[in-house]
Amino acid sequence: MTAPSEGTPEGTPGEAHDAAHDAAHEYAAGRAPRIPGPRPAGDDLEPPEPVPAPPPPHRVLKSLLGAWALAACSAEETQAVEDHLTECAPCAEEALRLRDAVGLLHPEETLDLKPLLRSRVLEDCLGRRPARIPVPVWAGPYDTETARLDALLRDFGEAEWDTPVRLKWFQEERRRTRRTTVSGVIGHLLTVDGLVATALGLDDPLGPHAPPGGPAGRTEHFWSSDARPGTGAVRDPWREQGHTLVRTVSFAGRGAAELAVDYGPFALPLADAFLERAFECWVHASDIAEAVDYPYGPPSGPHLHRMIDLAARLLPTALAGRRRSGLAAPPRGLVAAGAPGRTLHLEIEGAGGGSWDIALDSPAAKPSREHTVAEVALDGVEFCQLAAGHISPEDAAVGQTGDREAIRDVLFAAASLSRL
Amino acid sequence: MAKDVPPRWDRRMQQRLARGEAAALGELYDRFASLVHGLAHRVLGDEKAADRITREVFGYIWENPDAYDPKQGSMRSWVARIAQGQAVARLRQVEFGRGSHEELEQKVRSANAAARADYIVTSMPAPLRAALELAYFKRRDYRQAAADLQISEDEARRRLRLGLQLLSTANVLPREDPAPRGYGTT
Repeated sequence: MTAPSEGTPEGTPGEAHDAAHDAAHEYAAGRAPRIPGPRPAGDDLEPPEPVPAPPPPHRVLKSLLGAWALAACSAEETQAVEDHLTECAPCAEEALRLRDAVGLLHPEETLDLKPLLRSRVLEDCLGRRPARIPVPVWAGPYDTETARLDALLRDFGEAEWDTPVRLKWFQEERRRTRRTTVSGVIGHLLTVDGLVATALGLDDPLGPHAPPGGPAGRTEHFWSSDARPGTGAVRDPWREQGHTLVRTVSFAGRGAAELAVDYGPFALPLADAFLERAFECWVHASDIAEAVDYPYGPPSGPHLHRMIDLAARLLPTALAGRRRSGLAAPPRGLVAAGAPGRTLHLEIEGAGGGSWDIALDSPAAKPSREHTVAEVALDGVEFCQLAAGHISPEDAAVGQTGDREAIRDVLFAAASLSRL
Repeated sequence: MAKDVPPRWDRRMQQRLARGEAAALGELYDRFASLVHGLAHRVLGDEKAADRITREVFGYIWENPDAYDPKQGSMRSWVARIAQGQAVARLRQVEFGRGSHEELEQKVRSANAAARADYIVTSMPAPLRAALELAYFKRRDYRQAAADLQISEDEARRRLRLGLQLLSTANVLPREDPAPRGYGTT
């Protein structure tokens, strides 16, 4: 892209000097230097002064050279500067130099880096020289998803940070929504990621007096707190915490994957918590993207697969919890721990897909092909939307055969995995 | 966006890269990818080519973190220098034989100046950049710019002049050692 109204600058030191030399030479010979005027001033609406004032002193004219080169002074000032240039060689030289510099200004390109480029570049690098301290495989999706969301936020101005966003989840058998802003969503991610941070012994972003409890309580506390950073200011702490988490687990030993992260009502091993945070990051990035009308794709196939796998592994426990609350049908018989029990076969299609056998009677039961009572097939992204509470179990586009009650229970259990 | 990074960050990053920490590589990418990609795109005018330069530049840094000398300047300027050198080397390959030697050199000169100018704009103090943006892109005169920025008219004139003076060095100062030795022939 070139400057809107001026020619491409030649941009070589020699030529700049020659031009300055010519200007000086022409000045010595009593001729006007051939400096074309700048583009018309944006503001030429001021009425001309009735009586010509004496020209401003050299000091003032010199200070106007930048504004002159940018056509950002009044018509009188432009005239005064140009008159001055015919009689002052140093100013004429500088005027030329600054005019050439204007030609180098470009609108900053809002060229989006393709999200996939990051993974490719990193893979490429690690292929050339393997890492001595790798990022654990289970932290990969979190690393990628946080970088992807951060890239989306990069060019956000105040208006975007204040854009309303509707958070959606499924609770007490129906869809819930909560209004916040883009900056509120990042605050939510910051505070819930903070559960992982504290499990690793890092500082809690809510400070030492954070309220006990899970994601919802922490988020509400953050939203209502006076210390809540204003528009956009939440991005850096969120990003920095994300980098710190990835760095910290890279140095932690193998056992770290099993470290418990306390979510209040339940706990997850660290490796699963990282996956859960990656999943939430993607889900909320999509919420933000939708609010500002920007496209945002799903995670890469392998990462999506890990997220789906986590949800599938959580299903038997969620199902048992719902059964205890009377929200799901009772078991059809007692199954000894580790013994095969009734099973639902989950077939996930598309990138990141695969198949999972879900134990229906108890989290301790062993899923079994022979005891399969129902089969469910749905698209990977659709399944994640369901688990995120973005679509209700009744509306999920599901291919199903077999025991309808079992299918309904599993779909509702999937939706119940979501929360604020 | 220029960010003021303390030199400590630069030295720490270099150590982390040197000891082979993959998480540091990710952070390096997050901080500098748009700078590298933007410069490569400015020189080559092609997104695929800019992607490729980005891969090469980070690959080089990851393999040669010790090539950075904090005494010579910030890591940001070092990364920019590698990116520009690599992109210009690529431009020479692509353009070789497409015109006279003089035309090629002219293209290289303008590409270098454009890349340097981009780097200068993104690295200059934010108040200067803000004044230039108002005057150039928003076509505000210096009085309006002064009002927008809540500064005196004298100060607005000073910022515009200083900003352009900084920018004009892109035309004058050729960058030394455009590419690290043994690099730029991929």
